[in-house]
Amino acid sequence: MLVWSRSGRFLVWTVAALLIGVVFLAPLAVILAASFAAQWNGALPSGFTLEHYRAAGTGASGDAVFASLATGVAASVLALLSGTWAALALRAQGPAWSRTLGILFFVPSAVPSVSVGLGLLVAFSQRPLLLNGTTAIVILAHFVLISAFSFGNVSAGLARLPPDFEEVASCLGARPAYRLAKVTLPLIAPYVVAAFGLSFALSMGELGATVMVYPPGWVTLPVAIFGLTDRGDVFSGAALTMILVGVTLTLLIGLERLPIAAAGRRG
Amino acid sequence: MTAAALGDGRTATQDLVRAGAASTVGFDKVSVAYRGAVVLKPLTLEVAAGEILAMIGPSGSGKTTALRAVAGFVRPVSGRIRVGGTDVTDLPPYERGLAMVVQNYALFPHMRVADNVAFGLRARGAARTLIESRVDDALGVVGMRTFRKRYPRELSGGQQQRVAIARALAVRPRVLLLDEPLSALDAQIRRSMVEEIARLHADLPDLTILYVTHDQSEALTLADRIAILKDGALCAVGRTADLYRRPPNRFAAEFLGRANLLPVVIEDDRSVGGMVAVRAGADRLLVAGDGAPAGTRRLLCVRPQHLTLTAELGYSNRIGGRLRQVHWQGELTHLVAEVGDSLVRIVATRLPALPERGGAVDMFFAPGDASLIPEEAGV
Ligand SMILES: Nc1ncnc2c1ncn2[C@@H]1O[C@H](COP(=O)(O)OP(=O)(O)OP(=O)(O)O)[C@@H](O)[C@H]1O
Ligand SMILES: [Mg+2]
Repeated sequence: MLVWSRSGRFLVWTVAALLIGVVFLAPLAVILAASFAAQWNGALPSGFTLEHYRAAGTGASGDAVFASLATGVAASVLALLSGTWAALALRAQGPAWSRTLGILFFVPSAVPSVSVGLGLLVAFSQRPLLLNGTTAIVILAHFVLISAFSFGNVSAGLARLPPDFEEVASCLGARPAYRLAKVTLPLIAPYVVAAFGLSFALSMGELGATVMVYPPGWVTLPVAIFGLTDRGDVFSGAALTMILVGVTLTLLIGLERLPIAAAGRRG
Repeated sequence: MTAAALGDGRTATQDLVRAGAASTVGFDKVSVAYRGAVVLKPLTLEVAAGEILAMIGPSGSGKTTALRAVAGFVRPVSGRIRVGGTDVTDLPPYERGLAMVVQNYALFPHMRVADNVAFGLRARGAARTLIESRVDDALGVVGMRTFRKRYPRELSGGQQQRVAIARALAVRPRVLLLDEPLSALDAQIRRSMVEEIARLHADLPDLTILYVTHDQSEALTLADRIAILKDGALCAVGRTADLYRRPPNRFAAEFLGRANLLPVVIEDDRSVGGMVAVRAGADRLLVAGDGAPAGTRRLLCVRPQHLTLTAELGYSNRIGGRLRQVHWQGELTHLVAEVGDSLVRIVATRLPALPERGGAVDMFFAPGDASLIPEEAGV
């Protein structure tokens, strides 16, 4: 903290607390309150019920949780594999190539997600590339949208890796595959895990493209929430939102612990 | 690599390099360029088997580049590199049978000491029992057995350096490449590590070592031969003592041991016991001749510690000058005298009386302690 005077620090903390409170916490708090509310007529909700959660845990809502998790994991794993592969391959191509191709990788994230969904819908509506109405197209849409982040994260990790480690390894007799598995990947593990976490979180919250392509049997959480609130069922939507937040946070916190073990960097 | 039984009377240390039997390293007109810029001009140099060759030179002179070419991390634009008679120019690093220790050690932070040392053997698919005994030997050689369970970050700089050497020795390399292995250590540890490397090489006489450093005292202490690089070109190479006593050119003389260089003219080229007479200003001196005829201009090279301020037996050459600086430093006194247009540095271990600054001073040296080198600037 760069502010040293007592009152100055107090002011800075107050502003920070207000900002965080209003911008980040207030909307969540409202949703949290709504998810337990029996009724909400005035300024504050009234009554307490777990009914919305019970509804969310069964039937269509339960399916949505599963669809979201499956899509998130599948798309993130795919994005991680291809992003890591691309980052490794581009690194070997020298700086000029990797910059150009690196930019290409980020194009999808610059296009509005709705348009990405629309593009996929049109592109895969004909045989032999007929994917419309399948689960695959949802995973594909998520993959397209998040792979840039996997690529970016892993690239950043590789860029920070001093060449010495890999050079010493190959000098000692490690072939490229062995070196990749035992030296390169463990050393960039924190970035790989961060890439996965970010991809997964993005996928869990993805709505724009999913709305365009999802088949009837594969309704993800954001689509379900959107549907519920659109029909006026704000309370159930809020309950589902809390489940979405809970699932995503649990996974991210779990991931947070992983790289520490992988890279052997304790305390 | 096959599992070989240990023991049979050898010491563990000797056994460590047995499979790697002494190898030569040959640079044959090796030239390296980065994006068109030549940073290593065609280099031809032979490193004998079991020898420590130190490559020294100022920063950016291409030392690391030459080493990286041997390791296979950069491809020469021309020339061939041989290791033990095999042309390795087209082989990938992992097929060259070498080992390298770099400036910051590059110990794998996610592996314990023992796993770091075992790395090369595991990479080559060695048998488990072999790995265990080799790791134990290698750690024993550098005195790090008790640290095998530690992570690199739990070690001091000197300990990390030892582990890095053990990791390199464990694969029984044909040649050990060291790139400024001590530069990250402080002066005191560096001195003791130099001694340890010398001891290590005495224990492993078959190990060929290519040692890159910009520290001339490391090179003088360790190396059998020294190669001096300047601006990507080999400027001098020779046995350590020879190169020090008779530097072939101005750069070698100044870079290795900061010699004094005085312009002289050969006065009489009739050699008497290898000595010729030269004139430096008003003084006539006898020094080892280099075959040049009378009238040739030369630089007289004499080391600061070979000059005394008292006439002693054998110190038959006398140069007159004027004392400019006196720095008493306890054991040693550093003096600077002006001789003609040149400055001459003197390092004296004992002085009868501290001479007056600004006064006239006579400096003496033995004919055998001086040499003549060509006068042209630069190389
Ligand atoms: N990857 C690279 N790309 C471009 N130029 C390089 C590269 N590596 C080294 N060089 C250049 O090559 C020249 C020689 O570098 P090198 O690292 O061999 O010097 P060095 O003698 O080891 O110096 P130091 O004592 O500072 O380590 C330098 O001018 C350097 O700028
Ligand atoms: Mg260097």
